[in-house]
Order: sequence, then C-alpha cells, then structure tokens
Amino acid sequence: MSDYNFAYLDEQTKRMIRRAILKGLAIPGYQVPFASREMPMPYGWGTGGVQVSAATLTPDDTLRVIDQGADDTTNAVSIRKFFEKTAGVQATEETAQASVIQTRHRIPEEDLREDQILVYQVPIPEPLRFLEPSEVETRKMHSLEEYGLMHVKLYEDIAKHGAIATSYAYPVKVEGRYVMDPSPIPKFDNPKMEMAAIQLFGAGREQRIYALPPYCQVVSLDFEDYPFEASKADHACDMCGATNSYLDEVIMDDAGNRMFVCSDTDFCASRRKAGHMGAQAAAASAALKETAA
Amino acid sequence: MTPLLKVENISKFYGRRIGCKDVNFDLYPGEVMGIVGESGSGKSTLLNCLAGFLTPETGEVLFEMRDGAMRDTVTMSEPERRMLSRTDWAFVHQHARDGLRMNVSAGGNVGERLMAVGARHYGNIREEAIDWLGRVEISETRVDDRPTQFSGGMQQRLQIARNLVTGPRLVFMDEPTGGLDVSVQARLLDLLRGLVREMGLSAIIVTHDLAVVRLLADRLMVMKDGHVVETGLTDQVLDDPQHAYTQLLVSSVLQV
Repeated sequence: MSDYNFAYLDEQTKRMIRRAILKGLAIPGYQVPFASREMPMPYGWGTGGVQVSAATLTPDDTLRVIDQGADDTTNAVSIRKFFEKTAGVQATEETAQASVIQTRHRIPEEDLREDQILVYQVPIPEPLRFLEPSEVETRKMHSLEEYGLMHVKLYEDIAKHGAIATSYAYPVKVEGRYVMDPSPIPKFDNPKMEMAAIQLFGAGREQRIYALPPYCQVVSLDFEDYPFEASKADHACDMCGATNSYLDEVIMDDAGNRMFVCSDTDFCASRRKAGHMGAQAAAASAALKETAA
Repeated sequence: MTPLLKVENISKFYGRRIGCKDVNFDLYPGEVMGIVGESGSGKSTLLNCLAGFLTPETGEVLFEMRDGAMRDTVTMSEPERRMLSRTDWAFVHQHARDGLRMNVSAGGNVGERLMAVGARHYGNIREEAIDWLGRVEISETRVDDRPTQFSGGMQQRLQIARNLVTGPRLVFMDEPTGGLDVSVQARLLDLLRGLVREMGLSAIIVTHDLAVVRLLADRLMVMKDGHVVETGLTDQVLDDPQHAYTQLLVSSVLQV
C-alpha cells in the first residue's frame, strides 16, 4: 500500500483532475479537456472513470464499482481491487453503503442521496461524433448551440426502424444548453439523471471530463410526434418479481428458455432478502420443498 | 428597388498573389448573376468571400436582412453568419458530396436544415422532405436511400433540394453542372431555371460554361486574373463582347 501515493495518481495530477471536475460542475454538460494519464489498464476499461474516482476518493470513502449493474464482472472486480490496493478504501456491494460509486453502463435502481457521487466510465464523450467527424466542427457546434444534427440521427432512426431505435447512449440536453452523451447507459436510466447525487463523467482515451450537479435538468431529445420513452423488457424480474427495474435477458438453454433478471444485482438481492420472489424463483423453491417433503 | 446584396471593393490576396481585386456589384431581388472566367481567374475565391467561407482583406458584403437593414456579412459575428447560411442563404457545391451527408438518407439530408432551425415534428419534416424530393424529380420511394446509392445527377438535385428547403433568398452556386453529362446537365438547368423563377430566388452562379449562364443568368460578370474585365446583361456580353478576353472566351466555345 505504501508503495503507491493514495489512490495511485500523484497529488498534482489529482489537483488537475479536480479543477476539470469543478469546471465541469460549473458548466453542466460541457466537455472539459484534461491531461489524461496512462493508467495500469487498457483504454476502454474505464481509465477515465478511474482517474475521476482517484481524484474524488478520500480515505474515509466507501467505494462501489459496478459494471452493467453487477459487482462481480471482470471490469468491476479489477477496478475495485485496484482501489483497495492503492487507496486502501473500504469497498461495498451495496448502493446505500457507498459514498462513491463508479459505474459502467448503468445507474443503480435505488435513488441516490446528496452525499453520494456517481462516476461514469465514458468511451466516446462527443454525442455528435458519428455524424460530424471533425472535432473542431463539433466544438463549434456546441459553442453555437447548433444541435439540429442530433435530431438528424433520431430522424434516421425513425425512417429506418419506425421508432427511435437508439436504446443506449441516448442524447440529452442539460439545463437547456449543452447536448450531452450520457455514456452508454440504457435509455431506461435517462430520467434518473435528474438526481440528488453529483454525477461525474470521465473519458480517458478522449481526455474529457464532464459533470452534472445535483438536481440538474436533463431532458432526453425527441420529436413531438415520437416522444422519448424510457423502455425496458416488458417482463417482471424472475428472481425478485420487480416490475420497475431494468432487466437483463439470460438465455438458459438451447431449447429457447430464457429468464429476465434485474441488471442491478444489489437491488435484486435486497428485494429477495426482504421476501419478494419472482416467477422462476418461486417455482424453484416450490420444487425444492417438494423434494424435501 | 433596393439591392439584396451589395458588394463593395472586395479584395482577397493569397500572400502576394491576387485572389480577386476590387470587385463591386449589386444584386437585386429575383436576379441571377453569372460569374464566368477561366480556371484560376478568381471566380471561386470571390464566391467563397461572398458566402463567408473566406475573409476578404478589404471591402464589404452588405446583405439585406429580413428586417430590411443592410448588414455587412464580413464583420458580422460568426453565429449570425452561420444562422444566415442555414436560413436565408444556400450554397450549392460543385461536388455533391461536399454539400451532402453521404451516410444520412435523402430525407434526412433534406430535413437537416429544417431541424437546424428548430423543426421538431417528424411527420411534418418527412412530408416536407418528400415534397422537395418531388420538386427536384426524385421519386418518393428513394426517400430512405442514402446519397451513395444515387447517380451523380440525382445527388446534385438532392443537394439543391436540401439547400432550398428553408426558402432561402440568396443562392450561391459553384459550378452546379460540373462533372455531369450534357443531357443530365440540360435537365438540371431546366429544373434550376424553373425553381429560380418560381421561388423568385436571387442567385450567384460561378461557372466556366457559357451555356449555363446563357440559360440562367440575367447579368454576367467576366473575370480574368482576379479582376472583373466586363459586366453587362448576359445576351449583350455574349453577343457583343467588348473586352479582348471576353471575345476570346466567347469564340472558344465549340459549335456543333
């Protein structure tokens, strides 16, 4: 532990990142350039989020790292271990216990509080990128609020699929000003972004940090005749029976059987602990009782 | 009648070389102005200066805004100029792929300008896009195809639809028929002439093709080595050229 400075990065770097974070919070949705460092993990593994977390953590913090809502995937495990080793902070798998939550592709189901910070890993921070390849031009478009192009993307969706088919990284407008990429979270999570916690976004390879202060207005873009819809699989969780959570579809066998489970593992586990039971979980426990009897 | 565009003493230099020098003219509403000259004569430099893509060293480009005031577009702030260029102005590039988004469907290409000025109703945008595709003789069934699947002539017509959809008052055209074969050129010219008359557009057309200006332009400006050598009504200049260079230009046209 003592071989590393607290949370791996040196103090000067953390100060530089904190300045970028503060600027980002002052201009919600604006992408602040920062001098992203080489991290001991490859780009695409959350180097941006890790640097933001490193600059945010204090020795008293409790950290949760989730990847697609789960604590036990490779990305989440390796980042959690990284901070346990280099910062010695306490780690948790419960949303309510954590003061800093680093996430990839999900927002926890449980409402976050004002004393919590949510850190997102962002692969491509520029929402206009796939329509306008030039960075010079996209920056100009942001500064002049020329966002017609964003709707061209949604238009293309409807023309091709009959509905807005963008289901993740769904563009949002922040405080009526900047159009922002919410990182690849499902659009089901978009309405949750108006929350009590501070939200920080770090893109390591692209060297950008942006942020949302608490209770910031975040509006998902849409058309008048094709309004935004926070969609999810039309099913209840087979484990805990929740009908209001984002679900993963798990293929069970080659016979076409599948089950839907909450992607937020903590949410699902705590519901089951409280006695809730989904269809497949109920069937399994009934079968168990039968064999016991 | 007050001019729509007033160009005063526009000069543009590339280092010590002249791009164009001391160009003056007025363009009135509904008028089509042709600029002809050989390659390197400064036609495109002039057009780019007028359309705000290049900043001239000297001179003013006064444009009549919707409120009737004449504003200098050279000293205008960039947001204002960009706003102009997606509402009141249109620019038709020589190569359609410079003016189109090649990875966006034809409907999206036409709708982009509408969305850029705040249209947010998909049904209306699409309806308007289809209407405009019809006006430039592109079938409604091609509305969801990408421009990469279009022929050169269709791409050029699509570019024109995309530019005219917001009802601009001034259109800049840089060799709109360049690179098209003659029969396609003829149809495009016919279409352009119809649209210009129907919408009462003012236009500035840069070309080296005298047939294009004969058909479309009311007035003609002949450029050589960055200078305007002759101006006048199109028929007058082409039928009775005064300047030696214009005489050469007119006599160089092949007669078949």
